[in-house]
Amino acid sequence: MYQDDRTTLQVKDYTTLNLGPTHPATHGIFQNVLKMDGEIIVESEQTIGYIHRAFEKLAERRPFNQITPITDRLNYCSSPINNIGWHMTVEKLAGISIPKRVEYMRVIIMELARIADHIVCNTVIGVDTGAMTGFLYVFQWREKIYEIYEEICGARLTTNIGRIGGFERDFPQTAWQKLDDFIRDFPAALQEFEKLLVRNRIFMDRTINCGPISAERALAYSFTGPNLRAAGVDYDVRAMNPYCSYQDFDFIIPIGKHGDTYDRFMVRNQEMWESLNIIKQALQKMPAGNEYHADVPEFYLPEKADVYSKMEALIYHFKIVMGETQIPVGEVYHAVEGGNGELGYYLISDGGRTPYRLHFRRPCFIYYQAYPEMIKGTYLSDAILTMSSMNVIAGELDA
Amino acid sequence: MELFDLLIKLALVVAVFTIALVIAMYSTYAERKVAAFLQDRLGPNRAGPYGILQPLADGGKMFMKEEIIPSKADTFLFILGPCIAMMTACMTGVVIPWGNTLIIDGKAYIMQVTDINVGILFAFAVVSIGVYGIMIGGWASNNKYSLLGAIRASSQMISYELAMGFSIIALIMTTGSLSLRDIVEQQSGFHWNFLYQPLGCLLFIICAFAETNRAPFDLPECETELVGGYHTEYSSMKLGFYLFAEYINMFISAAIISALFFGGYNFPFLDKIDAPHNVITLIGTAIFFAKIIFFIFFFMWVRWTLPRFRYDQLMHLGWYVLLPISILNVLVTGAVTLFRNGQFHF
Repeated sequence: MYQDDRTTLQVKDYTTLNLGPTHPATHGIFQNVLKMDGEIIVESEQTIGYIHRAFEKLAERRPFNQITPITDRLNYCSSPINNIGWHMTVEKLAGISIPKRVEYMRVIIMELARIADHIVCNTVIGVDTGAMTGFLYVFQWREKIYEIYEEICGARLTTNIGRIGGFERDFPQTAWQKLDDFIRDFPAALQEFEKLLVRNRIFMDRTINCGPISAERALAYSFTGPNLRAAGVDYDVRAMNPYCSYQDFDFIIPIGKHGDTYDRFMVRNQEMWESLNIIKQALQKMPAGNEYHADVPEFYLPEKADVYSKMEALIYHFKIVMGETQIPVGEVYHAVEGGNGELGYYLISDGGRTPYRLHFRRPCFIYYQAYPEMIKGTYLSDAILTMSSMNVIAGELDA
Repeated sequence: MELFDLLIKLALVVAVFTIALVIAMYSTYAERKVAAFLQDRLGPNRAGPYGILQPLADGGKMFMKEEIIPSKADTFLFILGPCIAMMTACMTGVVIPWGNTLIIDGKAYIMQVTDINVGILFAFAVVSIGVYGIMIGGWASNNKYSLLGAIRASSQMISYELAMGFSIIALIMTTGSLSLRDIVEQQSGFHWNFLYQPLGCLLFIICAFAETNRAPFDLPECETELVGGYHTEYSSMKLGFYLFAEYINMFISAAIISALFFGGYNFPFLDKIDAPHNVITLIGTAIFFAKIIFFIFFFMWVRWTLPRFRYDQLMHLGWYVLLPISILNVLVTGAVTLFRNGQFHF
């Protein structure tokens, strides 16, 4: 019903401020229509869908191995986790068992991706509080991680890493070397970053009590990942429902208490240390040999040299490329702990060349629903910080 | 020789103006190099050797850029804004004593454009006008982000001017003069004012950061919230004027900090050097510029280290922390002065 403000007692005028879709602080294409009382946000309304690319529909027309590049573009800060999560979903459906060595290699890549993702998120929290140096200094370590990806799969951002059944090739010697260098040198940089911000009075004033969410509300919204852990719930898919041999590793799940920006920052920071720890353990426990894929010729795309010289390889290559794989009929849900939370793949197969239906459970989509509640009554600056500390990635939000 | 005096003054004006502009210009380059140094990067290194022509390239680019005046903007005020910002930034330099006297033909010429007896007041009056440039620019743009930036800028500058004024009052109580030249002269040797007014000095430096809109008080233009703050809608050289005015203000602030609290052109044992008066004067000027450059570096160092405050935290700091401390500083200074003059007995 239309209500004329002049006839009611409410005499206050509010300003409408369009935050986005092309605002530099939103780190992606989101729109927030804010109702402002000076600098304070009275109400906000979000618009989504600016980069909706209909991935779930696209997936219904693509053979299974061609869906991997789509998953790159969900959370593009940690593409390898998305890729490997998808591979594992298909492997779960097809009942493929993966050799230990491949699983450990996957763990290393996924933990590297988690570090890269958390570097982006935490340094950007720094940028949004005005401390550019943390961002530009620590970001070179994300470059080092990207160089490792580059050695393994040739790509950097949208990695398309691995295949259904394993990796396309064994990690080259340079990749192991770069990995060792990274593990050796990164802790010093991370420590410097912590020294710069963690106990910085201005930073603490800015982030403590900024955009808090209680554990109850977070669970009600079905938060997962670092944002839920910051609110004090120790839910981590890696520990609760281990996949990819995560049960073999010792690691701590850091949790926060208040669910505010500072806790989210600290949880992510601690997770980087834990990821480093997991990578070290994986390197130590790595089984000998040079196995880099499971022996599943009907799903694993063969090497090009074999395709040109061997009959079986040629036949399987043709079948896989044409999408003629013998996939079982069934319904699986597989979740991995993505950079941002539980990244789930709900796959229904009718035995055809493409999935009958594929749904991505995207944590960012869930976080963004809670955003208006979290920023209500706060300052504009806090709203920006809350957004960056939840690490809402536009690609994952809109899929 | 009236004409000769005028010519000397004119030369000095031109020199001060040019030096201020050149230093401001190279501050932009220095800022990027210092940021690069602190962030383990290279910084600009394409234009000329070590990128030293970068400021010229930037200036050239600014002039070439398309000039956009939003159709809903108030054209007159939109142009007036950057003009005021630039003009006030350039005006402050006239009262700063750049050096001791130069003796030419047995006649002493002071290295200062004008030695007015209310030098400090003049400087602060002009700096206060500077906020109009930002306010008018932000208002005339007719953009909500600009307006928010302008509101932040004006409330911030007005709030911090109070604490700054009180820290200056305490200083004046110890020096007994409002003339910048007298204040610098009194600090000869190592009687620098920051030894006598440590709290006032600290307050003044903090407020200088706020007055120049530098981090951690750079809320008016914080790009992560307000796009560009008050200059969101500005382009071409009008934007250049705003950015440039900020660097000139930084230079002037560094000069005033050095002159008021760190001895200006004085340095310990400078009078012990056995050299002609003019040479010592020039050495003093060089020392003054070294101090200024140090403070400019200090401004940059802080910017690339600290996060910025939130608007309410900034106001809280200004009104609840800095202002009471500065008033207390005035009271303590007054009591100590009276006590030392023997007019006050416990």
